[in-house]
Amino acid sequence: MSTIAVPLAAYQILAGALFTIGVVGVLVRRSALIVFMSIELMLNAVNLSFVAFSRQHGSMDGHIFVFFVMAVAAAEVAIGLAILIAIFRKRETANVDDVHLLKG
Amino acid sequence: MTFPFPVDASLSLIEPLLIVCGVGILLLLLDLVLPHGQKHLTAWVALGGLGWALIRTLAQWGLSERGYAGMVSLDNLSTLFNVVFLCSTAIVVLLSMAFLKREEVEHAEYHALLLFATSGMMMLASGLDLITLFLGIEVLSISLYILAGYRRNSDASNEAAMKYFLLGAFASGILLYGIALVYGATGTTSLHRIGEAIAGVGAPVPEGLIYAGMSLILVGLAFKVAAVPFHMWTPDVYQGAPTPITAFLSAGPKAAAFAAFLRVFFIAFGPAQAEWDMVLGVIAVLTMTVGNIAAIAQTNVKRMLAYSSIAHSGYVLIGLVSGGLVGGTGAVFYLMAYVAMNLGAFGIVVLLESKADRGEELKDYAGIGFKYPLIGALLSLFMLSLSGIPPTVGFVGKLYLFGTAVQTGHVWLAVFGVLNSAISVFYYLRLLVLMYMRESQETLPAIRIPLAMAVVLTVAAVGTLWPGLFPNTWFHAAQESVRSIFS
Repeated sequence: MSTIAVPLAAYQILAGALFTIGVVGVLVRRSALIVFMSIELMLNAVNLSFVAFSRQHGSMDGHIFVFFVMAVAAAEVAIGLAILIAIFRKRETANVDDVHLLKG
Repeated sequence: MTFPFPVDASLSLIEPLLIVCGVGILLLLLDLVLPHGQKHLTAWVALGGLGWALIRTLAQWGLSERGYAGMVSLDNLSTLFNVVFLCSTAIVVLLSMAFLKREEVEHAEYHALLLFATSGMMMLASGLDLITLFLGIEVLSISLYILAGYRRNSDASNEAAMKYFLLGAFASGILLYGIALVYGATGTTSLHRIGEAIAGVGAPVPEGLIYAGMSLILVGLAFKVAAVPFHMWTPDVYQGAPTPITAFLSAGPKAAAFAAFLRVFFIAFGPAQAEWDMVLGVIAVLTMTVGNIAAIAQTNVKRMLAYSSIAHSGYVLIGLVSGGLVGGTGAVFYLMAYVAMNLGAFGIVVLLESKADRGEELKDYAGIGFKYPLIGALLSLFMLSLSGIPPTVGFVGKLYLFGTAVQTGHVWLAVFGVLNSAISVFYYLRLLVLMYMRESQETLPAIRIPLAMAVVLTVAAVGTLWPGLFPNTWFHAAQESVRSIFS
C-alpha cells in the first residue's frame, strides 16, 4: 500500500485559511467568548505553519517555538477567562458591544 | 558566577532579570505569611528587589556578551533599558502606595505582577532571537492585562482589561504569524541570521514571504507601542486602568516595545531599510497627528495623556525612520526623556485624584495653581517639557530628533514633527490656563504630599530639568547603547 505524500504547501495554505478565519472571526463576532476562540484559532494556525516550515527547513526552531506558543496561549486563556467572568458577574453580558463605558 | 550548564548559559548574563523574577515569587509567598494589615510591607520588599537589581545592572554597563545559544544579549542597550525599566517600576511602586490603601485592594499580588511585568520588559530589551522577544512581550502583556483590571469592582477597570486583553491577544497572534513567515523565509529565528539572510548571505530568500512577515511583525509591534492605526486600545485602557498602572503602561512597557522595535528593525530588517522606512515614516506622521489632534478634544486628563502618549510614540518613530546610530540615539534619548516627564505628570494626577475616579476631569484642575503652589509649579514643569519648551528635557530630545531627521534627509518628517509640537502646545498649556486663570467651583481640600510621592515628584522633576540643562550624560548613554547593537 502506497502512502500519498501531502505537499508542504498544502499545510501553509491550510494555515493561512485558518488564520484568515480567525481574523474574520475577531472582527465580525460580537460575543467576547467567540472573539477569544477566534484568537485561539489564529494561534493554532501559526503553530501549524511553524511545524510545516520546520519540516521544510529540517530545523528544530519551529517546533520549539510551537511549545512556547502553546504555553503562552494556556496562560492567556487563564487570564482571559478570568477577565470575562469578572465582566459577566458585574454586567450579565459577554457581548463586546455592551461594554462601552469608555469612549471619546 | 558561572554554573556548569551544558549550554553557554551563564546566569550572570541575566542576573538583574533573575533578581526581579525571584523577588516577585518571594512576594507571592510573603503574602501567605504576612498578617492582615501588614501587607503594605510588600511594597518595601519590591523596592528592595528593584534597588538590588538596579545596582547589579549598573555594574553591567560596558559589558558585551551573548549567551543561551545567542538568544540573549547583554550589551549597553539592554543595560540602559534595564535601568529605565527598574527606575520606572520603582517610581510606580512609590506612586501606588497611597492608591492601594485608598482603594483597599490586594497589595502583594499587585507588586508581584509589577515585578513580573518588569522581568518581561527586561527579557524584551535583551532578546536577540524572535523566541525571546515573543516570550518577553507575552510575560509583559499578560501581567499588564491583570493589572489593567486590578480594581475588580470597577466597571471602567474591567472594561479596560477586556479591551486590552482581546486586542492585545489579537495583536500577538498577528505578530506570531509574521514571525512564522519570516522563519519560513529564512529558516532561522535569530535576529542576526535573519539579517544576514536578507542581506543575501547564503541561499536567496523568497521575497514575498519575507515582506509579508515583515509587515505582520510591524503591525504587532506597532500595536504594542500604540502607533496609529493600531492605537485604538490606548485611550480606553489608559482611562479605565488604575491611575498608577496607567503611569506604568505609558513608561516602561512603551520603552520596552521600542527596544524590541530597535533590535528587530535595525538588526534583522536593517538590510531592507529602503523597503520599510517609507511605511514607518507615514506611520510616524499619522501617529503624531492623530494623537495630538484627538488630545485636543478630551475632557478627561488620563485620556488626554493617553493621546499625548500616542503622539510621543510618533516622535520616537521619527528616530527609528532616520535610522543608523544617530537616529537610534535620538529615539533612545527621547524615550528616556518621555519616561521621566510622563511619570511626573501622572504622579500629579495620582496625587490629585480621589476615590472612585474623582478628580480626573480637566475642570477639576481649575484653580489648583494658587491653592497648591508647589503642585501647580511641578505640573507646569512637566507640561512644558511634554510640549517641548526649553530648558526641559522634552525640548532637547525633540531638537535632537528633528535634527537627525533633517541630517538623514527626512526633512518632511521634521516638518511634521515641528507642526505637531505646535499643536500639542495647545492642550498642554490649556491645563496651565485652567490651573492659574480659573476659579475652582468647589472649595479645595488641603492636600498633604506623602513622603513616597515627594520622592517620586523630586526624581521626575530632576529627570526633567537636569538633562534639559546638561544633556551630555544621557546623550552619551543613549549613544553608547545604540552603538552596542551595531557591533
